[in-house]
Amino acid sequence: MVNPEEGEKDMSTVTPSSLSSVASASGKVRTPGTTALGVGLEARGIHAWFGQKHVLNDISLDFWSGTVTALIGPSGCGKSTFIRTLNRMHEFIPGAAMAGQVLLDGKDIYESGTDVTKIRLKVGMVFQKPNPFPSMTIAENVLAGLKLAQLKVENKDDLLEECLERAGLWSEVKDRLSAYGGSLSGGQQQRLCIARSLAVRPQVLLMDEPCSALDPGSTLRIEETISQLSSSMTIIIVTHNMQQAARVSDYTAFFLSDGGPGSMVEVGPTGEIFSRPKDKRTENYVTGRFG
Amino acid sequence: MPSATGLPQRRELTTKPRFSDKVFRGIVTTGGLSSLLLLGLIFAFLAYQGFSILKMEKFSFITGSQWQVVLNDSGAIDKANTAFGIAPMLVGTILCAIIALVVAVPVSVLAALFLTFYAPPALKRFLVAIIDLMAAFPSILFGLWGFFILMPSAEYWAKLLHKYFGWFPAFKMEVPIFTRSPFVAGVVLAIMVIPIVTSISREVFAQTPLDRVQAAYALGASRWSMIRAVVLPYGRSGVVGGAMLGLGRAMGETVAVYTVLNIVYQVNWHVLVGAGGSVASMILLKFGEAGAQEVKALMAAGLVLFLLTLIVNSIANAIVAKSGGKGR
Repeated sequence: MVNPEEGEKDMSTVTPSSLSSVASASGKVRTPGTTALGVGLEARGIHAWFGQKHVLNDISLDFWSGTVTALIGPSGCGKSTFIRTLNRMHEFIPGAAMAGQVLLDGKDIYESGTDVTKIRLKVGMVFQKPNPFPSMTIAENVLAGLKLAQLKVENKDDLLEECLERAGLWSEVKDRLSAYGGSLSGGQQQRLCIARSLAVRPQVLLMDEPCSALDPGSTLRIEETISQLSSSMTIIIVTHNMQQAARVSDYTAFFLSDGGPGSMVEVGPTGEIFSRPKDKRTENYVTGRFG
Repeated sequence: MPSATGLPQRRELTTKPRFSDKVFRGIVTTGGLSSLLLLGLIFAFLAYQGFSILKMEKFSFITGSQWQVVLNDSGAIDKANTAFGIAPMLVGTILCAIIALVVAVPVSVLAALFLTFYAPPALKRFLVAIIDLMAAFPSILFGLWGFFILMPSAEYWAKLLHKYFGWFPAFKMEVPIFTRSPFVAGVVLAIMVIPIVTSISREVFAQTPLDRVQAAYALGASRWSMIRAVVLPYGRSGVVGGAMLGLGRAMGETVAVYTVLNIVYQVNWHVLVGAGGSVASMILLKFGEAGAQEVKALMAAGLVLFLLTLIVNSIANAIVAKSGGKGR
């Protein structure tokens, strides 16, 4: 890990205490730690490289249990790379490297000897493009994670209904659970993917621009789903849509790259980031002056 | 102009192609049609040459086990006693091809999975080069290798199979002669087919959409469970296609089979018994010393092999079309 300068560290690092003080100051932000969901997820000094290219510079960011954090910023600022380091999907890209620590309930997920598949069960992910398994039916898609991770569950039908219900899809597909996943519309497919990631009961759900390929109606449905889910899990969502960040998130982090590696400019309660950002660059971005 | 339904009449949509496009279209069409034309000419040639024999023998050409040319005193063909039947050869061809696929397909799929998902890059490059080289190897060398190296050891496996699985009809034998059997020929063919099936399977597996692979991993899949849930359903039709190409090679292979398989005019379904043959190697065996009438019979045999390959490929295509869509 590169030793950051002190000033830079102050700007990009938010400790749990500083976050909660900001949260209590603004009043309407959900207080973290009220749900028994574990400590949460903490990223400490994350750097990322693709080959020789340094793409992410010293990101430290804490995600409280039961909150929604939106990551915003222009394309190429490293938001997606950052969330892919949080469930170790980053390392699938050839030449990818990282430094720093990601603590899940206080334990480093990059520690040697860690079973990566268990990490990904706890930290689920929804991708930009809906990607249901086309060889499986709707029901099989939802329960795919159980089969893939070889988990046993007592009542599959209950779990199936619960996950589809939570993803806001149950009423639309309950009569055709044995149809193939590909027969659904794009928005339905994305909610099917959300249902699929819920079935393995993750603590954290990473969403990488989950609505960017969807129409406004489907986007609204997914935002409602996110709001419902946030009471029972930690959600981290990358979005290019600032209204969406404002609607669904409790906290917002603004990422920016000035041609070099992406870094985090500012993080805080969503209301403050959009109304009273501390950094001029954040203000320019959220008011639509660039990006 | 409004029609009876009140809707306007549909317009004809046309486009005027550019000159360069017309030229290119002509070239491509020529290429496409010439392969079809060649195939058609070969078929016509075989049919023309073999027609009189097929007409004379009718169904007994593919059901009969006799192949003898009898000349009468004046040196002409004695039609009453001359018989052409290729049943033993057809059975041998099918048997060898089945053995080849049963051995080759699992090995190839495993090899392809290893190369795509497990092999380190340097080893992968090396193995891919070796496998591509194997595909271009002259078949007589496989035949000689099979004769001198494989046959003695295959004999040992054959004896084991016979000893422990002798109750299985295909492994039964009255006279224990283990050499030059369809089993040995099938294994030699398998080795020739493996490179083809491996490289096609590997290419199909490598094309598995990355978003599905990532979706599986993001759900906590191990590499093996990801392969089972995503790669195999996606690659299945490609593997079947590769197996069909391999089957085509196995059924048409001549020299290698000729080296390691006894040609005996007796229908033999017992894979371990050293008897049988294959249509292609029979043609090779007989062609050199065949008289005019027998050459025609050999052409007819070629026609039957041609049709057999065509039928098998059509069946395989139908299977792929029926089941292949789901994984895509």
